[in-house]
Amino acid sequence: MSDGARRTFALDGLEVPFEPGQTILQAALAAGHYVPHLCFHPEFRPHGSCRVCTVKVNGRTTASCTTPARDDDVVESRTEELDELRRNLIQFLFTEGNHFCPSCEQSGNCTLQAVGYELGVTTGHYNPLFPNRPVDASHPDVLLDFNRCILCELCVHASAEVDKKHVFALSGRGITKHLVVNAESGRLGDTPLAVYDKAMSVCPVGVIQRKGRGFAVPIGARTYDRASISAIAVPRREEV
Amino acid sequence: MEQVKRKLRVATTSLAGCFGCHMSLLDIDERLVPLLDLIELDASPLTDLKHCGPCDLGLIEGGLCNAENVHVLREFRRQCQTLVAVGSCAITGGLPAQRNHLDIRDCLQTVYLTGVGVERGFIPNDPELPLPLDRVHPLHDVVKIDYFLPGCPPSADAIWQFLNDLIAGRTPQLGHGLIRYD
Repeated sequence: MSDGARRTFALDGLEVPFEPGQTILQAALAAGHYVPHLCFHPEFRPHGSCRVCTVKVNGRTTASCTTPARDDDVVESRTEELDELRRNLIQFLFTEGNHFCPSCEQSGNCTLQAVGYELGVTTGHYNPLFPNRPVDASHPDVLLDFNRCILCELCVHASAEVDKKHVFALSGRGITKHLVVNAESGRLGDTPLAVYDKAMSVCPVGVIQRKGRGFAVPIGARTYDRASISAIAVPRREEV
Repeated sequence: MEQVKRKLRVATTSLAGCFGCHMSLLDIDERLVPLLDLIELDASPLTDLKHCGPCDLGLIEGGLCNAENVHVLREFRRQCQTLVAVGSCAITGGLPAQRNHLDIRDCLQTVYLTGVGVERGFIPNDPELPLPLDRVHPLHDVVKIDYFLPGCPPSADAIWQFLNDLIAGRTPQLGHGLIRYD
């Protein structure tokens, strides 16, 4: 606000201030307003792939994580219409992979699950595909469970941009798109991935698991046992 | 003549499940007493009645892993005004569905013929036994399901909230802490 003008847009009727260069999602979270989102991570360039953060800007749908905030825009987010579309996206993700929450170490700390809770998703609705995706247990310290991948690309970016190792990539298109490991053998054990890498900590679901420990936090004390994702996401991201 | 409010007639069953959801239903503890003022049970493991008459509400635990499961599910759908899929297995296939990427013939051979410690094994083929399906399915793959109550199992509090909403004629709403997939 170097020119002294206060820049704001309207989010579901509430005035939201923003700094030039902020996206709608960044400004909303910074102002304490939760917009459901999945593939966005504050430390990485948003790429708008999951579309869960879709809002209507002046009547047109767009991903709020990639759309720059503009003065006087009218943005709709938590309308029944948009939340129903978000529920559909979550249901697609649940039914395209194998998400068996009761046996997943990430359960209770899983972003996909928490967004499902937030939106009131109680069923996958569609006929589940039950794809056959063998796990990769070749690495001494890390288990890769492809069944849970939602193709958010955060591990791809973290490994390339922070760790400078390029361990992960996405391959294929459409329904055959999948996570691959960048080694001639295709196995994680033949990559330089280490447990302290950034790529180890960015997975929003339970694909990249550390071996040698499991279910370390008891049910009731896990992240989204304690509070909903909308309550947790907003204060944590105030510094954005 | 005194008008007595009709009790809701409720049937329950466990298909390819572990009875954990039924245990969670019983886990509502002393709240069962006021609940039984509002409902009466038809077919259920709790009454040991095997076939379902006309009911207001059907609660189904477990997914579909064999032909008998499908038969029972269709009977429930015919007889119940409102049908509820209760728990992970009914909603997603759950634990039994973890065999879905395996060939059913391989599964049966491993368990009954070639598995560790199996001697003089044979694959059971008594005509009384329902045939297994090649894949385990959630209930909504086969019939229309009206409501889904997730959890493995859903907590007693979630079941209590759900039933109270439904009995009062409200759309069931599970808030934070009650909606759970595990």
